[in-house]
Amino acid sequence: MYPPLKPIVRWVGSALAVTALTSSVALAQNTGKLKVGFMLPYTGTFAALGIAIENGFRQHVTELGGKVAGREVEYFKVDDESEPSKATDNVNKLIKRDQVDVIIGTVHSGVAMAMAKAAKESGTLLIVPNAGADAVTGAMCAPNIFRSSFSNWQPGYAMGEVMAKKGIKKVVTITWKYAAGDESVKAFKESFEKGGGTVVKELSLPFPNVEFQGLLTEIAATKPDAVFTFFAGGGAVKFVKDYAAAGLKGSIPLYASGFLTEGILDAQGASADGIFTALHYADSLNTKRDKAFRLNYAKTYRLQPDVYAVQGYDAAQMLAVGLNATKGDATKAVEISAALRKATIDSPRGPFTISAAHNPVQDFYLRQASDKEKENKIVGMASAKLADPGRGCKM
Amino acid sequence: MRAQLPKFLFVLASFAALAVFPHVAGKFGVDLATKIMIFAVLALSLELLVGTTGLVCFGQAAFFGIGAYAAVLLSPSDGPASLATLLPLCVLLAAAYALVVGALSLRTKGVYFIMVTLAFAQMAYYVVHDTPLGGGTDGIYLMMKPALGDWLDLDKPLVMYRFTLLCLLATFVFLALLGRSKFGHALAGIRVNEQRMRATGFSTYPYKLAAFVVSGGIAGLAGFLFAVKDGFVNPEMMSWHISGEVLIIIILGGLGHLRGALIGAFAFALLQEFFRSEAIFGEFAKHWHLGLGLTIIASVALLPRGLVGIPGQLFGRKPGAHGGGALAQATPTKAGHA
Amino acid sequence: MDLTTFLIQCLNALQYGLLLFLVASGLTLIFGIMGVINLAHGSFYMIGAYMAFALAPLVAATVGGGFFTTLLFGLILAVALGYLLEWAFYSFLYTREHLQQVLMTYGLILVFEELRSLLVGDDVHGVQAPDFLSGSIPLGDMMVYPVYRLFISGVCLLLALGMYFVFAKTRLGMMIRAGSTNREMVQSLGIDIKFLYRVVFAAGVAIAVLAGMVAAPVSSVYPGMGGLVLIICFVVVVIGGIGSIRGALLASLLIGVVDTFGKVLVPQVAGVLVYVLMAVILLWKPDGLFKAG
Repeated sequence: MYPPLKPIVRWVGSALAVTALTSSVALAQNTGKLKVGFMLPYTGTFAALGIAIENGFRQHVTELGGKVAGREVEYFKVDDESEPSKATDNVNKLIKRDQVDVIIGTVHSGVAMAMAKAAKESGTLLIVPNAGADAVTGAMCAPNIFRSSFSNWQPGYAMGEVMAKKGIKKVVTITWKYAAGDESVKAFKESFEKGGGTVVKELSLPFPNVEFQGLLTEIAATKPDAVFTFFAGGGAVKFVKDYAAAGLKGSIPLYASGFLTEGILDAQGASADGIFTALHYADSLNTKRDKAFRLNYAKTYRLQPDVYAVQGYDAAQMLAVGLNATKGDATKAVEISAALRKATIDSPRGPFTISAAHNPVQDFYLRQASDKEKENKIVGMASAKLADPGRGCKM
Repeated sequence: MRAQLPKFLFVLASFAALAVFPHVAGKFGVDLATKIMIFAVLALSLELLVGTTGLVCFGQAAFFGIGAYAAVLLSPSDGPASLATLLPLCVLLAAAYALVVGALSLRTKGVYFIMVTLAFAQMAYYVVHDTPLGGGTDGIYLMMKPALGDWLDLDKPLVMYRFTLLCLLATFVFLALLGRSKFGHALAGIRVNEQRMRATGFSTYPYKLAAFVVSGGIAGLAGFLFAVKDGFVNPEMMSWHISGEVLIIIILGGLGHLRGALIGAFAFALLQEFFRSEAIFGEFAKHWHLGLGLTIIASVALLPRGLVGIPGQLFGRKPGAHGGGALAQATPTKAGHA
Repeated sequence: MDLTTFLIQCLNALQYGLLLFLVASGLTLIFGIMGVINLAHGSFYMIGAYMAFALAPLVAATVGGGFFTTLLFGLILAVALGYLLEWAFYSFLYTREHLQQVLMTYGLILVFEELRSLLVGDDVHGVQAPDFLSGSIPLGDMMVYPVYRLFISGVCLLLALGMYFVFAKTRLGMMIRAGSTNREMVQSLGIDIKFLYRVVFAAGVAIAVLAGMVAAPVSSVYPGMGGLVLIICFVVVVIGGIGSIRGALLASLLIGVVDTFGKVLVPQVAGVLVYVLMAVILLWKPDGLFKAG
């Protein structure tokens, strides 16, 4: 039985032609609208984060009436699949094909690194709403590159200060062997040892291996005063559960960068109870600003917002502040940079300013996970107005 | 010879089209086409192993990545590297690793061979991912792109496009000539029936190893081009997903034909663009993996000889020398499966 | 490392190895017996994990059952799914070459992942172990060993024994082994080889789904979890020798040891050790550790 090839060939041929056409059509448009390009993970492990970021961004634009600096916003989307090897091609879709005025992205640091380079070369405005790679506001910093989230250094450094102040002396660190983990632990070590503590052992396992048992045994054998860790996503759920199941929960307190318990407390259940984390946001902030944001978000999207939604929301705020100063011209990076460096962003996380390297200077809250109340409760301030040192940035 | 004419014309027409393409396409079109051509070079390298010699290698990404990382790590930080020295060096380094991998892997056969090549690729991946050698898991930048004097500055997109096209053409011609040489015929013989080759007193191991080394070198060239084009390399370039994708490209295009690698590279890239297009699928475009997966399944089910085989299927021609049995050597047969 | 720690690490290695065997045994069955390279094996594991998450409330609401009832329902669904998949899709793959199987099952992975995204969403989830299995046994003065992990190891051992029994001691096992070596001959002996293959495939899927469901409380349930499991399963099957259950068991334990002690003793190269192990074994024994059977 011969499959109907002629129709298939015709169909495929026309499909390809249509794609080629639509690509060129996208090129041709230039209507004066502000073109915002999202490059976020819409598939894969981080899909939920990508959606939260986009939701947060759109929410603020809607609050502004759909216009930023007088220009109506037109959205473009590219799925980055969290794939660094395709990152340059994907971001070039936004830069060269859709010719966007500003790029918002992304979650994965490897992808963000490629985006930063492409944006630096083309001069397109880029606001990073999550990826914490130190290099984005470090070695690859540029007048047109901003971040509305955090640098990997910040939460680790904040936690080091907290633990040193608490009088903790001996700590074991454990994380995945990748940039986010390394940068987080290095920053922790910096402030912790400055405060008089000692890191007696640094454990790591290859990313994304999640077989922690052997290393948990090592921790138990080393008997430190506390453990500092960095994990996120599915791995974080497993780590917290394994930690508790190994009986370490009660005996060796666990401290971490906030991502260990952010958005996954439900999955972790009682095993997360009592874990201290440092993050620039918490669900229980209870400020007027945050409450209004959360209510609006829940009404619009029928979901609870998280730190990723806030980062997306603030990316829109930063864009608005910057473009208001240049009357909507997204190419004037120097003026945008000047305006943002002078501004205070009224964020649901609390007000923050922008450092010289374009990273948020913000408060980091000390939170403790509570199983009873099913949230990360704020129990203090880990580090106020903490600025990333922007090492390697020459602007 | 007459049967070769349409194939030759097709290839000629394709390269001619690629040569004039920049004049009709915008900046993005040139960019996309450059990237597709780089993957076409990579696909050609794998085609030499899988389609011509019958060695299914699942570790091509390692040679690709080594070429790319060498380009970045061996470039001086203060000025552009010389193209004349950097390019051959990257190719040689990739070929050197291919020599090691080939020498060891060729002791195994069939699925075990596939897995051993994967193992060696994973080793390269982890060296770059976990050790300071590769500069970190987030990747490293190539600050200054290599140049040849003043007239060949690869920083300019059009120059890069033409240079990549030149490399693609050179690779294609090289492999076509190789296929017609005694060496190429030996490889084809090995693919069709290695036992018989050995029975006639032919020592097949050096030929297979040589094919491996040449393939690795070409993959390194593709890696070099990739690093120069993007100015950024990341350990994920060596992941088995990339090895898998190249395999899919050549199977989709059609095994046993050089132009299959070309067609496959373009088809796969355009298919992805098609399914991601919001203009066509609207909100559902974010689930583009679904369309892609179904298309891959359908294409294997309906086009057993790949896209290259479409004219044959449409006009009912008999399968040629490069028929579907290309894999009989490399994979265990259905009967007597052990 | 003192003796207690060493022994505990051995226990960790054993437990991880058995878990790997649980997940990989379905693959060795399908790959070994029917010669089909199934890249979608990781997807079945994922389906199992998501089933454990999604079915639990449904089962609790309708029949009031707990963990084991959910397992039972999941298994029944898995067998049905396996049967359906074999009939609709995989039966066409037996006559195809390995590379085409690779391509088609790769397409299937994409389809499964997107279906998962459409049906259950992209969030990360956790699954609670049943209460009576949630305790722990103290080991040394600081650590405890979760009972649930011992339960998983128990399930693996039971499965291994069951598979051995079926293959070596029953008529069905004999037919399956015969069918794997010579399909046509078995058919000419009047045995319905199509039905046999369908049964084996359904069993392979069911085992993978069972692995996902049983492991769900100790892993977590998240997008992309299938891909991570897939490659290590192939490594297990290949080291052990394709089609050999015994080989898969030994390979799993070997990998358990290498992975656990590697992370602790040589963390800088821990990621690559398993692959070095595979390369070394295959260079020594190019057909894996054991022959089929």
